[in-house]
Amino acid sequence: MSPGRRPEIEPNPILRVDHATKRFGGLVAVDDVSFDVQRNQVFALIGPNGAGKTTLFNSITGIFPPTSGRVIFEGQDIAGAKPHQAAALGIARTFQNIRLFEYMSALDNVRVGQHCRTHSKLWDSLFKTPRERAEEREITDRARELLAFVGIEKYAESYARNLPYGSQRRLEIARALATRPRLLLLDEPAAGFTPQEKVELMRLVEKIIRDGITVFLIEHDMKVVMGISRRIVVLDHGEKIAEGPPEEVRRNERVIEAYLGKSA
Amino acid sequence: MSRGGAALSTLSRVWQTDPRRDPNPLVYTVLAIVAVAYPIWAQVSTGGQGDFLISVLADAGVYILLAIGLNVVVGFAGLLDLGYAAFFAIGAYSYAFFASNQLLTTPLGFAIHLPFWIVLLIAMFIAAGFGLVLGAPTLRLRGDYLAIVTLGFGEIVPRVFRNLADWTSGVNGISALDKPSLPFWVQGPWSGDPFAVIPDFKIINPTGFYVIMVLLLGTCIVLVNNLRRSRIGRAWMAVREDEVAAAAMGVNTVRLKLMAFAIGAAFSGFAGAFYGAKLSLVSPENFGFSVSITILVMVVLGGMGNIPGVISGGLLIYLIIFIFLPALPPLVESWAESVGLGSLIAQNGDWPGIGQEVQRLKFLIFGLILVLTMLLRPQGLIPSRAREQELTKGVQEDTTIEDVNAETTGA
Repeated sequence: MSPGRRPEIEPNPILRVDHATKRFGGLVAVDDVSFDVQRNQVFALIGPNGAGKTTLFNSITGIFPPTSGRVIFEGQDIAGAKPHQAAALGIARTFQNIRLFEYMSALDNVRVGQHCRTHSKLWDSLFKTPRERAEEREITDRARELLAFVGIEKYAESYARNLPYGSQRRLEIARALATRPRLLLLDEPAAGFTPQEKVELMRLVEKIIRDGITVFLIEHDMKVVMGISRRIVVLDHGEKIAEGPPEEVRRNERVIEAYLGKSA
Repeated sequence: MSRGGAALSTLSRVWQTDPRRDPNPLVYTVLAIVAVAYPIWAQVSTGGQGDFLISVLADAGVYILLAIGLNVVVGFAGLLDLGYAAFFAIGAYSYAFFASNQLLTTPLGFAIHLPFWIVLLIAMFIAAGFGLVLGAPTLRLRGDYLAIVTLGFGEIVPRVFRNLADWTSGVNGISALDKPSLPFWVQGPWSGDPFAVIPDFKIINPTGFYVIMVLLLGTCIVLVNNLRRSRIGRAWMAVREDEVAAAAMGVNTVRLKLMAFAIGAAFSGFAGAFYGAKLSLVSPENFGFSVSITILVMVVLGGMGNIPGVISGGLLIYLIIFIFLPALPPLVESWAESVGLGSLIAQNGDWPGIGQEVQRLKFLIFGLILVLTMLLRPQGLIPSRAREQELTKGVQEDTTIEDVNAETTGA
């Protein structure tokens, strides 16, 4: 434990990253990082390119489990859990480089998202039992609701790859929400957006928070980050260099030096 | 393209099952009508001598069934399986063990004669079981590696059946397998017999096998279509599209791939049991690598992922390999005769005669047909919409100009 680098421990965080380290051979991509994500607010992870932000996301969601340290989600250590287990526990994510199921319809993308919340067995699927039919109707209705929630219901029947760029990012969010997460990880959701689209995204994130979902995002756009986040963690070369509310982080010497200094 | 090409693409548009909609009822109605009308046409047009024609289509049905099963593995879940014939062999040998005197001659010392219908299910479960056994350690592999492991399995299984001579009679294979039977059958004027009720009726005529095959195919098509439109089918497609994203969305990818493997194997278990029963013989020579590749060609050439496509691919390839190519040498001889090149028919020094020459070259001709088909229709005869899109990346867009305008002005 290094109390000097930890914020005050608040009770009951939804996610606690506890001395997480991720090594790829000799490269330390994430170096002994600790922080808490509080419920029902936007928590942001920022840092220059290559700081280890996405690697940290991958560690949390089980794609690359951390080399050492713990990832505690709702009181349970999930370091080493498989990606589908993380999703079933209530952690959903989007990807920095959009990873939709390109040759499936937008509706089917969202329906796949509900996979871990549905229970039809092989038998039900083979014989289209009444239970399966009812579940399929529910899945479809909810998928349409989610498409409407992110504002792309008109593309329900289009192949995901044929959607305009901004709508693809929204579809990824809808697909992630379909897993009924309690924690939503967004990896650069505003990348490539116009200022108008960024404003719409911020509204969408606020709507998600109001639904009782905690949002943890990686973002480069300072307007977005400062605008919606309650708390920010800054990574540089895999190390946590600062943590705090936006206004505090904005004034932090090391942050300005490592990151804001270049863009401000 | 030619008028034929245009007609084919129109046909394919009608036959395409749009993944976003339910299976096209028109296609399946046409298929059902053809399936019923075919034996009647065969008998009428040959004046009652149509048994051969009916038998051919029943045999083709075995391959169509195999293609439908392999389509689950390759077309739906995107796993390249080069040893699919192994499961076919396991299904056929299961039937041989449970419905012949074979086990009498083995260390076991007694024979098992279960009814065809029961063994059909047993063969399905045994093949599915082997699917799980093979899949469990290997499905963590990706792409090429999986293909090589399945290739190995496809080589091992017929070899085991060949070398385990105490149990399988080795290269001689197992013969005199039981015929399927019905508990009773009512015969009458419709089969040209006097009216009577026959208990324990043995199915030996080709029409009987044809009917069984049509029922099997119908059942399997319904089941596969149900699967495709279920949460499992969607999860398979997600795994095929992007395994990492699928896992992050809560899909247990290893389990789903294992399931695809086992279900694909189960279908070939069906096909194997039927094949054994119809031929009344199984031999390790019938399940070699070329069978695996033939089935794969049927799936790819017909249109991966699309069931009507796979059915037509299966039928077409079967007819080319087993009907067209064997008939080619005499056909070429008579053609040579009619254009005044009759001198080519006779053997002359190094020249073996044109019939013999064509006989030697028939798989070269088959290869050429395949290459030409894939060049002309890389997406398959009747592709799924998704597959067609994949191959015309950027050429055909579903998003219309209006959609794009709406997006840019609406933002």
